[in-house]
Amino acid sequence: MKNNKATFSKYLVSSAAALALTAGIASGASAAENGKFRVGIVTFLSGAAAGPFGVPSANAAKILVEGLNKGELPAPYDKMGINGVEIEAVIIDEAGGATKQVEEYRNLVQRQKVDAVIGYVSSGDCLAVAPVAEELKTFTIAYDCGTPRLFADNAGAQYMFRTGLDASVDNIGAARYLVATRPDVTRLSGIQQNYSWGQDSWADFTAAAAKLLPESEIVEEQFPKIYQGQYGAEISALSVKRPEIVHSSFWGGDMEALVLQANARGLLEDATGLLTCGEASFATYKDQAPNGMIIGARGPFGAFAPDNALNTWFKGAYNAAYDLDPVYPATKMAQAILGLKFAAENAGVADKEIPTAEQLASGIKGATFESVSGTVQMARANGHQAMQGITYGEYHYEDDKASIVNAVSFSGECVTPPEGVSAAEWIAEGFPGAQCN
Amino acid sequence: MRFDRTEISLALIAIACVLFGFVSPGWLIFLLTIALSKALVVQGVVMQMRSGLVSFGQGLFYCIGGYTVGMGGQFFGIHDAIAALALGIAVAIVVAMILGLLLTRYRDIFFAMLSLAFSMILFGILVKSQELGSTDGFNVHNWTVFGWAPETGADSQQTVFTMTILAGLVIAIMIHRYTKAGIGVICEAVRENEVRVEYLGLSPRWLLYGNYVAAASVSALGGGLTALATGHVDPEMAYWTTSGEFIFIALLGGLGHVAAPFIAAIVFSVVRTYSIEFVPNTWQMILGFTLLGVIVFLPKGLWSLVSREKSGERT
Repeated sequence: MKNNKATFSKYLVSSAAALALTAGIASGASAAENGKFRVGIVTFLSGAAAGPFGVPSANAAKILVEGLNKGELPAPYDKMGINGVEIEAVIIDEAGGATKQVEEYRNLVQRQKVDAVIGYVSSGDCLAVAPVAEELKTFTIAYDCGTPRLFADNAGAQYMFRTGLDASVDNIGAARYLVATRPDVTRLSGIQQNYSWGQDSWADFTAAAAKLLPESEIVEEQFPKIYQGQYGAEISALSVKRPEIVHSSFWGGDMEALVLQANARGLLEDATGLLTCGEASFATYKDQAPNGMIIGARGPFGAFAPDNALNTWFKGAYNAAYDLDPVYPATKMAQAILGLKFAAENAGVADKEIPTAEQLASGIKGATFESVSGTVQMARANGHQAMQGITYGEYHYEDDKASIVNAVSFSGECVTPPEGVSAAEWIAEGFPGAQCN
Repeated sequence: MRFDRTEISLALIAIACVLFGFVSPGWLIFLLTIALSKALVVQGVVMQMRSGLVSFGQGLFYCIGGYTVGMGGQFFGIHDAIAALALGIAVAIVVAMILGLLLTRYRDIFFAMLSLAFSMILFGILVKSQELGSTDGFNVHNWTVFGWAPETGADSQQTVFTMTILAGLVIAIMIHRYTKAGIGVICEAVRENEVRVEYLGLSPRWLLYGNYVAAASVSALGGGLTALATGHVDPEMAYWTTSGEFIFIALLGGLGHVAAPFIAAIVFSVVRTYSIEFVPNTWQMILGFTLLGVIVFLPKGLWSLVSREKSGERT
């Protein structure tokens, strides 16, 4: 017991040191305001979603920020930076789950003093961050996550916006593409990753197909776990049911593995694959995906993006920097950054001034802006959710060159539920008010 | 009731922390809240480590605590935070009492793997429950404390922070007494030589059973506080990487003292958040090297920095 006194004082000293350390961190780190327009960019830099989504998105963000700071973009985005203010991107990793993302979001806003946040591939992260964005009154754009619950669960959102489309649009569009190109199919099947994304996608697709293709039936559905990588058993189970269409919302490595294995086993020769996220691996399929496989890009993005001046600049700059064409996550990131720039310059503040979060929100709410994917209308969820058309097409590989054939586009009004109606209700009622071209 | 020096200094530090909360920025309060709630889960891991069992599935109770708080508000109209936390603890105790019957038959890697398996079963169930938002989870909001509804923002953040500090203090004092008491010391004896403990006329199995249930309740409290602070729960809470993080923090702190998990959790959070800020592409590597450094240079954890001179003595 002779050491007790010494231990106790040492204990106090070390706790005091720990407190001083945290206090020092607290005061030292808040000196981040430097007159630049600081944008937090959150996307996967590690883990399974980094390769297909995160890295192309982060690369696109770097291209856009660099291009905007040099004033290189074509009109109407030819003004330097954002509203004449130089942009500084703070890129952080989305890996690690919702609790960590809430923590990092608070750090971005309160410690790093960013003026706006753009990010989130994972729907769970979007849902967790949305209430925090409202609490901290920070202008936030969800650029990729697909959950229809984002604005359903946060009905009074003021600061949260989404410039990408939700997952219902993908699957209503997929069913419409089948009607447009293969109206006689009757035997449908699906293979989905067993988590929210796969479950929701399959529910929307089967509901839409039941209305649009009343003669069709679901002959088989498979829900392997995410990141499984080996799909031999599932492919056999699908093959024996002789489906005409194999719908899948797989993405990333899982999707490439599925295409490779299903193609080798002949499933994709007998049946047509329909991959709602298929465009993300457009450049890597080569001859390993069969011609005629239907792929989507979750909107008019990536290889489906139109030939406009903005997209020509973006593709050129992206190609020059990374020697690749941008895939859909990259286009979506570019769209979100252009949305932010539009919001700032439409907010009615003086030149070279950084608008407040309220001004940014009023600048984009319900607005229509030009983007790399064409015209974007912020026409749903009280002006917070983008509405755009969607395009599907068939993969075609010939002479070492991949291309898209038989592309069919559907307008936003054709695939998006009206304001205030959930996708499930809209599909169940038979798409009332849909305007298809 | 007499308080020893550790308890008094813990109380003083807790008071200092609460006061510190009034002057520190929001992000730091949030970081500390999450770190301290996770430290409660780590306390559960450490309690079992003392008796020689490594739980690779403490996320199970972390998740039960979080989901009970979330579901209580969402589906059963339990908006009082204290009642929801208590319910979370109760559910965790019931689950632990059932699982403990099986788990306490096993030791070493078998215990670790079996506890991991149960936590992954919960993960699987939650992923399949679309009413609970599957992998996306759902929000936790509109909670009150004794009928008082703190305003969203700084107010509610401060409230959770204070609740976490108080819970941490109470649990720390209880665990401190537990480890000093006869039963706590026997837990260590079980780790050293189980057969001898049996010859002393005690049943190691029921000791471990009690310890397991107690650890579960502490972990569930941590999960509930995390849910209140974050405002969102998702099945990731029961995933094995989450449980791995708790073991990481436990190893970082060491078993030397009841304060070690709290300090380790704060160090872990600070190191992680700054690595994410400064090296966004390789932050995991920084965490890895930190753990490697601690294992190589401080095999008894960060606490050995404090108690190094006593190395000859039994800690």
